Amino acid sequence: MSFMKIATSALAITAATATVAAAQGRDNVQIAGSSTVLPYANIVAEAFGENFDFPTPVVESGGSSAGLKRFCEGVGENTVDIANASRPIKDSERETCTANGVTDIMEVRIGYDGIVFASQIDGPAFTAFTPADWYTALAAELPVDGAMVANPNGNWNEVNGDLPDADIMAFIPGTKHGTREVFEEKVILQGCEDSGAMEQILTINGGDEDAAEASCMAIRTDGMSVDIDGDYTETLARIDANPNGVGVFGLSFYENNTDKLKVATMGGVEPSTETIASGDYPVSRPLFFYVKKQHIGTIPGLKEYAEFFVSDDMAGPDGPLAEYGLVSDPELATTQSAVADETTM
Amino acid sequence: MTKSLYSADARTKRRNAAERRFKAYGAAAIGIAMVALVILLTSVVTQGIGAFRQTYITVDVPLPEAKLDKSGTRDMAVMSKVTTIGYAPLLRDGLVNAIAEAGIQTDLSEKEIGDLISKEAAATVRNRVLAHPDLIGQPERFSLLADGRIDGYFKGRVTMASAALDQNTSPEKLDLADKLRDAGIMQIKFNWAFLTAPDASDQRPEAAGLGVAILGSLYMMIVVLVLALPIGVAASIYLEEFAPKNRWTDVIEVNIANLAAVPSIVYGILGLAIFINFMQFNQSSPLVGGMVLALMTLPTIIISTRAALKAVPPSIRDAALGVGASKMQSVFHHVLPLAAPGILTGTIIGLAQALGETAPLLLIGMVAFVRDYPEAYSSATGLFGDPSTALPVQIYNWTQRADPAFVERAQGAIITLLVFLLIMNTVAIVLRRRFERRW
Repeated sequence: MSFMKIATSALAITAATATVAAAQGRDNVQIAGSSTVLPYANIVAEAFGENFDFPTPVVESGGSSAGLKRFCEGVGENTVDIANASRPIKDSERETCTANGVTDIMEVRIGYDGIVFASQIDGPAFTAFTPADWYTALAAELPVDGAMVANPNGNWNEVNGDLPDADIMAFIPGTKHGTREVFEEKVILQGCEDSGAMEQILTINGGDEDAAEASCMAIRTDGMSVDIDGDYTETLARIDANPNGVGVFGLSFYENNTDKLKVATMGGVEPSTETIASGDYPVSRPLFFYVKKQHIGTIPGLKEYAEFFVSDDMAGPDGPLAEYGLVSDPELATTQSAVADETTM
Repeated sequence: MTKSLYSADARTKRRNAAERRFKAYGAAAIGIAMVALVILLTSVVTQGIGAFRQTYITVDVPLPEAKLDKSGTRDMAVMSKVTTIGYAPLLRDGLVNAIAEAGIQTDLSEKEIGDLISKEAAATVRNRVLAHPDLIGQPERFSLLADGRIDGYFKGRVTMASAALDQNTSPEKLDLADKLRDAGIMQIKFNWAFLTAPDASDQRPEAAGLGVAILGSLYMMIVVLVLALPIGVAASIYLEEFAPKNRWTDVIEVNIANLAAVPSIVYGILGLAIFINFMQFNQSSPLVGGMVLALMTLPTIIISTRAALKAVPPSIRDAALGVGASKMQSVFHHVLPLAAPGILTGTIIGLAQALGETAPLLLIGMVAFVRDYPEAYSSATGLFGDPSTALPVQIYNWTQRADPAFVERAQGAIITLLVFLLIMNTVAIVLRRRFERRW
């Protein structure tokens, strides 16, 4: 065969590829979104593929915002069917969805996730924190004698005499993570109010509450607080290399690494699935996934997957998700019937 | 002062010394590169070699009809109602029986004994039973995966001290594992499943394999080869042999060189916009991945092909033209065959580069959790249209997982990828050595 023939046939194959592929369809559920929800979605997808005649759903991560953005791109086989999110969908995102024709969205709450504060197991004894400790340690500016000054604290025992004598070195989630918002609201802002700093700031700025909140949640940038833009494995690596480091982790990540990390109580409450379910542990948040109802019926297995996810076998208190670290939702039965009825938002 | 050829003068000595110093610098440079390479390889191999060995538990699993087939008619619809959650207690019973038969004493509860078996094992048994319904009724011997922590213990990743702190295992379980191994119920075997099995969820690191990723990478390489080689070679031949040398061809040449240096993520953005959003190809499919990587590989192939064509001496072309061949005959009968080894080398190096690329695949949905083997062709999804992952993507995915056992898997995957790259680069060098002509 001469070279010309080879070249011609190769080009013919190329052309054929293009035509054949143009008739593509899809028979699997496509999911994207939060990296916090990802391990749970993986566990459910795996069990779903094992036990049902549908193909195993394909799960991508990339973050809640990225997932919801793709979810809202439109209706059709080349858009995702489900977006995982570690926060509720925003109004602006719903508007985008509606503008692109994604009008029927089912919101499914799968349970709760705890955010824990952990340090090296052999490191200094960080065993009890309060939100006020974290605010005083990490705020960019603190109110001192009626004026805002740059945070002077460099050691945990300057923040609180009960804390160990160790330099402040905190590894917190970067701003693109949903976890960061929860951390700011439930730890830093709470600590700002608890420590009385909020009132002082309000006196200083003349009662502007929005500005006071913003000032509370401004994190110092002098190197004592490090934003981690990657995931918890990166935080763990930093903690491994830094005996004084304290990191912010998801409860499930901590539970898989209890031989390397020790966890601290927050406001005197030990983080566990029980204390989070009861609401005693203050730093937790609900996890969600959003289903494009318009795809039910077109994409095989979509509704079955959603129902299987919230079934007692999976998301119940004794299911594999709870075993992995998800805090089971006490109102799971309501969610189950809402999914069965395809109730939209 | 007399001059002698036997004793070097000061200037010659200086020149010789400079040369010796230069050689030493060169040797030092190579030395540093080698040390870096050795450190990298040792770290990868020591951490990753464990992925190629795996702990298995061999037990007789009871398969009672009352549990697995309530109808007693071997009706598939009834049998498939029993999920893996229903199978798990049977495996536990099998292991408990085996422990009792071997006369091993343990204080662990039955549930804790069950934790020694991987969660994947229930699926193994269920699939076999559904494929062979006649197995139901009597116990059947299975080789089941052991839990990741137990496997880690035999590989040295988990120790008694770390197990005492670990919520997912305990020193008593490791102790029992030691006894099971002595009794021959637990064995360590070569882990073929690592190369063939699909990915597994975060609860089953012991079951995770590269099967889907290797298939996905293979499909993508086929697409890259089929698209990039003919287009690249045709473009190079035209530019090198036929195109007039003017401002336009200069502009094209600069642009090709530029494209070769564009960050690969840019091709991903392009792929998302054109192939997925505009042309409506499937996300996560090797076809789109291959097309994106083909775009990325094209400049490499064009540049190396042009260099290979340029290296063929003009006398060959002149001779062909001189005996009456047309321009096209001279190119296809004489120049191209002589340039072929260079073209192949460039193509293989381009493919090797594409094989190790992750960034563009991020945007087209290939960085995903995929369990089903992609088919090369299916009527529903078309050619190479099934979702799949790729080798570098799998490494990236595994490094993000919480369970420490995935570190070993990720390093094992790096070893696999390095072996593939080594093979491709060796082939490139062998081809060049064997067929290269010098003039």
